[in-house]
Amino acid sequence: MIELEDVVKDYKTNSGPVRVLDRVNLRVHPGQQLGILGRNGAGKSTMIRLISGTELPTAGSVRRTMSVSWPLAFGGAFQGTLTGYDNLRFICRVYGVDPADCVDFVEDFSELGIYLREPIRSYSSGMRARLAFAISMTVDFDCYLIDEIIAVGDARFHAKCMVELFEKRADKAKIIVSHDPGYVRQHCHNAAVLSDGKLTYFDDLDPAFEHYAEVTSARAAD
Amino acid sequence: MEAHSAPETPFRTSLAIQGRVIWALLMREVLTRYGRHNIGFLWLFVEPMMFTLGVTALWTATKSVHGSDLPIVAFAITGYSSVLLWRNMPARCIDAIDPNRSLLFHRNVRVIDIFFTRILLEAAGATSSLMVLGTLFVLTGQMSPPEDVLQVIGGWVMLAWFGAALAIFLGAASEKSEIIHKLWHPVSYLMFPLSGAAFLLSALPPQAQAILKYLPMINGTEYLREGFFGSKIHAIYDMPYMLACNMVLSILGLSILRVVADEVIPE
Repeated sequence: MIELEDVVKDYKTNSGPVRVLDRVNLRVHPGQQLGILGRNGAGKSTMIRLISGTELPTAGSVRRTMSVSWPLAFGGAFQGTLTGYDNLRFICRVYGVDPADCVDFVEDFSELGIYLREPIRSYSSGMRARLAFAISMTVDFDCYLIDEIIAVGDARFHAKCMVELFEKRADKAKIIVSHDPGYVRQHCHNAAVLSDGKLTYFDDLDPAFEHYAEVTSARAAD
Repeated sequence: MEAHSAPETPFRTSLAIQGRVIWALLMREVLTRYGRHNIGFLWLFVEPMMFTLGVTALWTATKSVHGSDLPIVAFAITGYSSVLLWRNMPARCIDAIDPNRSLLFHRNVRVIDIFFTRILLEAAGATSSLMVLGTLFVLTGQMSPPEDVLQVIGGWVMLAWFGAALAIFLGAASEKSEIIHKLWHPVSYLMFPLSGAAFLLSALPPQAQAILKYLPMINGTEYLREGFFGSKIHAIYDMPYMLACNMVLSILGLSILRVVADEVIPE
């Protein structure tokens, strides 16, 4: 279970503090597939960071009683001067996984071959994303956080990632943030809409999409 | 504090996680800093050794006046190693958050782990450098073995604590203000000749002594030297004063760190 209670997040800017999230409440159960819809800049990434624990709320609390991944679409969290293997070993050490158990999987899944022995700064963005996805599948989490559509290499590799995440890990909870209702419909059972710092939760998808369309057009009319 | 969730992780689990994270960061830091080429991680103590040897050679060549009849080699090694110990830790912790920002995406990697890692590495480097050089010069008869090893260790630990506390304080403060980075270079440079590395306090005029004894590191260096040379020198130090300085600096450092760690934004 993940519980957000009255979570507030302010950021300092050059024009004074900005409230990105305003008393957000959310509960995610094991195995739930939740989509969070929001326009660009609505605070989706901030939500994901607070849920993952990489950032702390200004007020309110975030409680996790299941293991939660780091935000997945993220190709970073890697050290450019280190090789693919070094980065894999780093992640394994941080999460207490034996690297020997995942080397085969990462080699096989990332299809990077000899490049795993090269520094990551020499990788193309597609290669980086492949490595990032392969490494993030080596740790077993109860809940995966997915920031936007995972842009991973070509269509074939993208399909492979979808199988890994949504078929092989169908029983694991997922929180997917996106601005695209189509993507949410494809992968989620419930959805919440983030707008003006407020989060509105819907058990069913259709009312969520209606609400999202309303706030989006209201914004456009401003 | 209401912004923090209730501590649900038992202390022992947290300790195991922190150990794991610091170990992972250590391995990573050693690789990024020293790589796998030539002597690799041996640079960890070869680099400070080169500094100490260079300074020793310079002082020997210029027959530096240091206010005692101790051999210059012994004097330089005890003095310069002490400087390396408390000066390199802050140098490595200032602006240390930025290059590691992307690692903060992993929940259990916190700012304090980044600082601890760098402090541990610097302590290991300076300590092995002192031990290797000390052994070398004792074996070749350039200096006598320390008279009181425990006191040497005590002085060394106090200097390391001072360096670590200063490192956490300045490292966290540097995230708040870039002034820290700009001030550190001149201040650390000027502190070197004043820190007791190149003289014994007792050799200075009383007016100078009265001011310099307030520098915490000078007390540690004098204490360490008394452990090395014992009755051959007249050491002046106030260890309770240094202990108080270390504790106050630690509390200040950890307080700023707490604020910074709550606000830090991963890349």
